Amino acid sequence: MDATSTSLDRRRRAGAPAEAEDSPPAAGRPDLDLDVVAAPSGHRLWAALRTPLGATAAGLLGLVLLTALLAPLLWTGPAEAIDTSNILAGPSAQHWIGTDALGRDLFSRVLVATRLSVLLALAATGIAVGVGLILGSAPVLLGPTAGQAVAWLIGVAVAFPGLLLALFFAVIFGASQTGAVCAIGLAGAPSFARLCHTMIAGVMGRDFVAAARVGGIGRGRVLIRHVLPNIAEPLVVQATMGAGSVLLSFAGLSFLGLGVKAPAYDWGRLMNEGLSGIFIHPLAALGPGLAVVLAGLAFNLTGETAARSLGLAAQGGFVSLARPQRPARSAGPAPAAVPSTDEPARTVLTVEGLEVAFPGPAGPLRPVRGVSFSLAAGQALGLVGESGSGKSLTALAVAQLIEPPGQVEAKRLRFAGTDLGALGPRAQRHLLGTSLAMVFQDPMTSLNPTMRVGSQLAEVSRQHYGLRRRAAWRRAVERLAAVRIDQSERRARQYPHEFSGGMRQRAMIGMGVMGTPRLIIADEPTTALDVTVQQQVLDLLRSIRRQDQVALWLISHDVSVVAEVCDRVMVMYAGRIVEELPIERLRHDARHPYTRLLVAAVPDMTTDLTAPLPTIPGRPVEVGQTPPGCAFAPRCPLAGALCRSSDPELEPDGADGRVACWRAGAALPGSEPAEAMP
Amino acid sequence: MSRLEFDHVTVRFGAGRAALTAVDQVSLTVPSGQIVGLVGESGSGKSTLARAAVGLVKLQSGRVLLDGRPVPTSGRRPLQMVFQDPNSSLDPRMTVGESIREIIPPSLPAAQRWGEVRRLLDLVHLDPARARAYPSQLSGGQRQRVALARALAGRPEVVIADEITSSLDVSIQGTVLNLVRELQAELGLSILFISHNLAVVRYVAASVAVMYQGRIVESGPTATVLTRPDHPYTRRLVAAIPAGPRSGPAAAAAGDAPPAPASPTTPIRPPDPSAHSPRSLP
Amino acid sequence: MNALAAEATRPPAPPAGGSDWPVAAGLGPVRWLGALWRRRWVRFAVLRGGRLLVSLWVLVTAAFLMIHLVPGDPVRAALGLTASAEVVEARREALGLNLPLGQQYLNFLHGVLTGDLGASIGSRLPVGQIIAQRLPATASLAGLAFLVAVAVAFPLGVAVAVATRGGRRRRTELSFATSSVVLGSIPDFLFGVALVSVFAVGLHLLPVAGRGSAATYVLPVLSLSLGPAAILARIVRVEMLSVLETDYVRTARAKRLPRRRVYLRHALPNAVTASLTVGGLMLSSMVAGTVLVESVFAWPGLGSTIVSAILTKDYPLAQGVVLVYGVGVLLVNTVVDVALALLDPRSTVGAS
Repeated sequence: MDATSTSLDRRRRAGAPAEAEDSPPAAGRPDLDLDVVAAPSGHRLWAALRTPLGATAAGLLGLVLLTALLAPLLWTGPAEAIDTSNILAGPSAQHWIGTDALGRDLFSRVLVATRLSVLLALAATGIAVGVGLILGSAPVLLGPTAGQAVAWLIGVAVAFPGLLLALFFAVIFGASQTGAVCAIGLAGAPSFARLCHTMIAGVMGRDFVAAARVGGIGRGRVLIRHVLPNIAEPLVVQATMGAGSVLLSFAGLSFLGLGVKAPAYDWGRLMNEGLSGIFIHPLAALGPGLAVVLAGLAFNLTGETAARSLGLAAQGGFVSLARPQRPARSAGPAPAAVPSTDEPARTVLTVEGLEVAFPGPAGPLRPVRGVSFSLAAGQALGLVGESGSGKSLTALAVAQLIEPPGQVEAKRLRFAGTDLGALGPRAQRHLLGTSLAMVFQDPMTSLNPTMRVGSQLAEVSRQHYGLRRRAAWRRAVERLAAVRIDQSERRARQYPHEFSGGMRQRAMIGMGVMGTPRLIIADEPTTALDVTVQQQVLDLLRSIRRQDQVALWLISHDVSVVAEVCDRVMVMYAGRIVEELPIERLRHDARHPYTRLLVAAVPDMTTDLTAPLPTIPGRPVEVGQTPPGCAFAPRCPLAGALCRSSDPELEPDGADGRVACWRAGAALPGSEPAEAMP
Repeated sequence: MSRLEFDHVTVRFGAGRAALTAVDQVSLTVPSGQIVGLVGESGSGKSTLARAAVGLVKLQSGRVLLDGRPVPTSGRRPLQMVFQDPNSSLDPRMTVGESIREIIPPSLPAAQRWGEVRRLLDLVHLDPARARAYPSQLSGGQRQRVALARALAGRPEVVIADEITSSLDVSIQGTVLNLVRELQAELGLSILFISHNLAVVRYVAASVAVMYQGRIVESGPTATVLTRPDHPYTRRLVAAIPAGPRSGPAAAAAGDAPPAPASPTTPIRPPDPSAHSPRSLP
Repeated sequence: MNALAAEATRPPAPPAGGSDWPVAAGLGPVRWLGALWRRRWVRFAVLRGGRLLVSLWVLVTAAFLMIHLVPGDPVRAALGLTASAEVVEARREALGLNLPLGQQYLNFLHGVLTGDLGASIGSRLPVGQIIAQRLPATASLAGLAFLVAVAVAFPLGVAVAVATRGGRRRRTELSFATSSVVLGSIPDFLFGVALVSVFAVGLHLLPVAGRGSAATYVLPVLSLSLGPAAILARIVRVEMLSVLETDYVRTARAKRLPRRRVYLRHALPNAVTASLTVGGLMLSSMVAGTVLVESVFAWPGLGSTIVSAILTKDYPLAQGVVLVYGVGVLLVNTVVDVALALLDPRSTVGAS
C-alpha cells in the first residue's frame, strides 16, 4: 500500500526548487525529440496488454476473478466435506495439497477462499480510495486553510506504515471480518489521499485549469470537467496496484487471527491453520500462501503494465526484451568535401561524415546524417537550427559523449592534431579532459547538486594534472575569479543551489578553463538565462576566445546570439548541415532558402513593422520521418521534382561558403520583406 | 473596445519576514484597441501582474479596472488570457472544439455554438475540421492558435498574452506574431503583450512598459523606449540585445563595455546598494 | 515553517519593567539568533526536531483517542456480556474513564511523559514493564533486518544499474526485474513459512522458532528483510539509472573523469538520496512488519503482545504497544531524513 504513493510522493519530497513563474523560453531544449505525437491512451493501454508481460498479467487477473466467481459454485462440496478418517493427510491424487484437521480437501478450500479473499480486498480498497479521494480533494472543496490542515494531517499519517495503521484501527474496530475491512481500508486511505492530493494539485496548477477559470468556469465544474477526468486513469491504475497490496495485508491480518473468523475462511486464515501443522506437511500453509502471491501479483502487474502504458512513473521493473538494433554501417549520403583536406596547422577540429544513430521501434533513427566541417584556432563557429534538428547531438558526438544505445560513426574525427578514433581510452580521456571544454544549456542541472562548486572544478586538475587537493582547490578558486565570480574563495565552498543561474553558467565555463582548452563547445549556453545575464556569458566566452586563441563552437537556436559572437555559421536542418557561410553574409547573401526564411522569420530590432513576418509553412521534420530527397523540400517554396527525389550535397557555393541546395540562390517567390529596411 | 487599467496594484506572496512582493504599486494602462508590450526578465513580476488581472492571483492592494469599472469576476469575462505553454494550457482529455466551446458565453444558443467554434478556428487560420482533434494531435504553433481561439471565444474586450511565443520554435513563432497583429487590427482588441524578447515586443506593440523587481520602471512609445532608454535597467536591457546578423563582427566591440553587475537582483535578494535604485523613479 | 522561523528569530521578551534595558544589548541576541538561523544545519535541526515533536504529539493523541473511538462501551466489550454492572463500573473507575475527557487526556500525557502507561487488563502488570521486557526482541529483529535490507539493496541496485545502463545486458535486466518484482510481492510472513518449511523442517539446518542463539535470528531476519531488500534494490536501480541520465553526470563525463569516479562520486550520492526519499517509507514499514514475522516464529516480542491485546481487548496494553511502534517508525523516518541531509545539502534548505 505504501508503495502506491511513493512515486508521486517523491516529486514532492525531493522538491526540485520551484520554477520561476515566467521562466525563460524552452525552445531548442530537447534536441532529440523522439516523443512523437502520442496515441490516445486507450490504444496505448490495449497495446500494453498485448505485450507478453501485459497479457500474462491480465490473463492471471482474469483467472483470479473467474475463480472467485465460479469456485464457490463448483467446489464448495469437497471444501466443506468432513472426513475424519483422513485428517491432516499429505498430498495425494485425491487431495492435491492434502487435507486439514477435519479431513477437508485443502485444494478446494484454497479455490473457494478466492471469492472471500478478493471480495474483502476489493471492499477495503474501495474504502481506501473513496476516503482518500474525499480527503485528497479537501483543499479544492474546503478552501486553502482547512485544506492545508487536512493535507498536513495526511502528511503525518502517511509517515506510518500501513500495517501499523491497520493494527491501530483493528484495536478500535475489534478482531472481526468487518473490523478488518474497515481497518485495512482506513489504513490505506492516507496514502491514497496523498496521491489524490498530489495529482489534483498537479492538475489544478496546469494552465488549462487557469484558462477555464479565466473563462468563467466555476470551481465545481472545473473539478468535474477538467480535474477528475485527468486523474481518473492514474487513480484506477494505482487502485489496481493498491488492491494487490491490500490483498496481502488482509491475508496478514487473517493470518494473525485478526481478520476472518471460522467457520468462514480466506487465504490468510487457511495459512494460519496450516502453520500449526507445518511439521507434518508444509503444503497446507504454503498452498494458500502461493494463492495469495499469485493474486497479489495479478493485481500488481496489471496495474503496473497499465501505468507503464500511460506513462506514469512506475518503479522500475520490466522492460521489453526487444534488442537494441545496431544501425547498419553508414550507408548514408557520401560526406561532402571539406574545404581543406591537408589540414593546416591551426586547425583544431576536423569532422567528416559524422553520423549518429539510435535504435528505434522501426529500425535505427538517424538524427545526425553526415556532418562535415572544420574549425581553426581562435575561430568562432556557430551552429543554428530548430529543436530536433540534431545540433546538440552533433556536439555530443564530436565530444565523444554519446552513450549506448546511441552509435556514432565518422569518416574522420581529428581534434588538436590527433585522430580521436586511433587514441586509446586513457590518452583520449587525457586529451579531451585538458583541451576540450563543454558548456551545456541548463546551468541549473549541469552541476552536481551534492558537491561543492570548488570541488567540481578542482577534480579536473586533480584528475588530469595530478595536482594535490590543496593546489587543485587554489586553482579552482583562481579560475572562478577568472570567470568573474566575486568572492571566489567563499563561492567555491558553496553548493550549486546557492548560485544564481548566470553564476552557475560562468562556473561551468570556469570548469572548462581549468585545463588549457583549445576548443570550447557551448551548447545553447544562454538559452536558460535572462537577456542581461546572457550578455555577460557571451562576453566571457568572447574574451576567453580572444585571449587564448581558443576555438569556439557555439550552438544555438537563436540566430542573433550566434551572429553576435561568431565569424562563421552553419545552419542545420533535419540532421544535416544545409549551409555554412561567413556571418556577414547571413542576412543578405545566404543561398539556402531555409537559411533565408529562418533569418527573415525571426524579428529583430530592425524588422520592418509594416509588413507581416515571412513564415515557413509546415513543421520541422521529425527524426525518422525524413522525406526522400531534400529534407526541406516539403516546406520549401522553391522545391522542384529534383529536390523531392534527390538529396543535394554540401558543396562550395562559389563564394566563401558551402550550401546543400539544388536551387541555391534562386529568388524566393515574393521579395524578402526584411530586405526592405535600410 | 475597452481600456484596461492597473491602479497601484500590489501582489504579495507569503507573510511575515518571508513575504515576497512580486508586484509593487504598479499602475499601467492598456488603451482601447492598442497593443501594449510588457517586458522584463524572469522574476520581474510580469506574469504575476497578468494573473492578478484575470483574478488568478489575489491583489494585496490596488484595483484592476476595465473602462473605469472593476473587472467582473463572474459570468461573462471581458478579460481573457493566453498562456505561455500550449501543452499545458489545453486539457489533453478534451478535443480542441470542446475546449473552445466551453468558454463561449451561455447567452449564445446551444445550436449555434459549434458554428461559433468553427468560425473561431477559421479566424486563427485553422481548418474548422480540426475541432475534433485532441491537442496531442496538433503541433505547438497550432495549439497556440487554438489557445488564442479559446480566448476569443469569451468575446473579450481585452486579451492578455503571456509569453505566448516563447515555447514555440523559431520558424513557428512568426505565424503567431502575425496572427496577433492581424486579430488586433481586425477585431480592434486591446492586448497586453508580455514577453522577455524586446524584438518580439517591438514588432507587435506600439507602446511598451518595462518591469523590474515588481515595478514599472519605464514606459512609453516602443520606438522611444528602445532607442532612447531612460532608466538604467532599460538601458542595460537594450544594450543586452544581441546585435543580430546585420552588424556582424562590429558587435564584438560591444564586448569591451564594462560588464553588468554579476547577477540580476531578485525581489528576494535586495539589490546591491551600489547599483542603481529603481526607487528613484516614480 | 514560517511560523517556526518567526519563532526562532523573535527577540527575547524584555524583562518586566525593562525601561532601563539598553536597546543596543537587546539587538545583540536578535542578530545572534538571526545569524544562527542562517546556518543551514541549525535551521535543519530546529525544523526537523520540531516536526518530530509535532508528529509525536499527534501519535500520542491518536493513541489516547483510540480507546474512545471504540464503538460502544470498551470496558463492556472487554469484559464480555456476562460481567456484572458493578465489575464494569469498577473497571471504568480504575481506568479513569469516568473522568472528564480533558482530564483523562492530561493524565494520559502525564503518564506517557513519566513512563506510566497504566496496567494491562489481562495480566494486571504495568504496561511499561511488559513493553520493557519484550521490546529488545522486536528492536533487535527490526534493526538487524533494516541493516540487511540496506546492505543488500544498495550495492545490488547500483551494480545492476551500472551493468544495464543504456539498454546493455537485457537478460540481466529482465531477470533482475522479474525476481525483484516476485520477491517484492511475497509478504514477509509467507517468506517465514516457506523458509521454515525448507530450512528448519526440511533440512533441519536452523531452529524453527523462538529466540535464543544467533542461529534463531537467521530465518526471522531473512523473512523480514528479503521483500524490502528486493523492492529497495529495484528503486535504487531505477534512481541510479535516472541519475546516470542527468546533465551533471554528463558534465562529469565531459570532464573525462574515470568511470569509477563518475559512478561513485557523482552519481551514487544523488542516487542514494533519491532512493532514500522514495524508499524511506519501506524501511519504516519493516518496524510494523515484525508483527507478522514474530507470529510465524513465535518470537517473544511486541508483535505477539499486540495481537493478543487486540484479541482480548486489552486496551491499555494495545495503546502502549501502538505508541512504541509509532515511536519506532518516527525514529526510522528521522534517521532517514538525517542521512538525506548529510548526503544532499539541498534537503536542509526547505526542511518542512
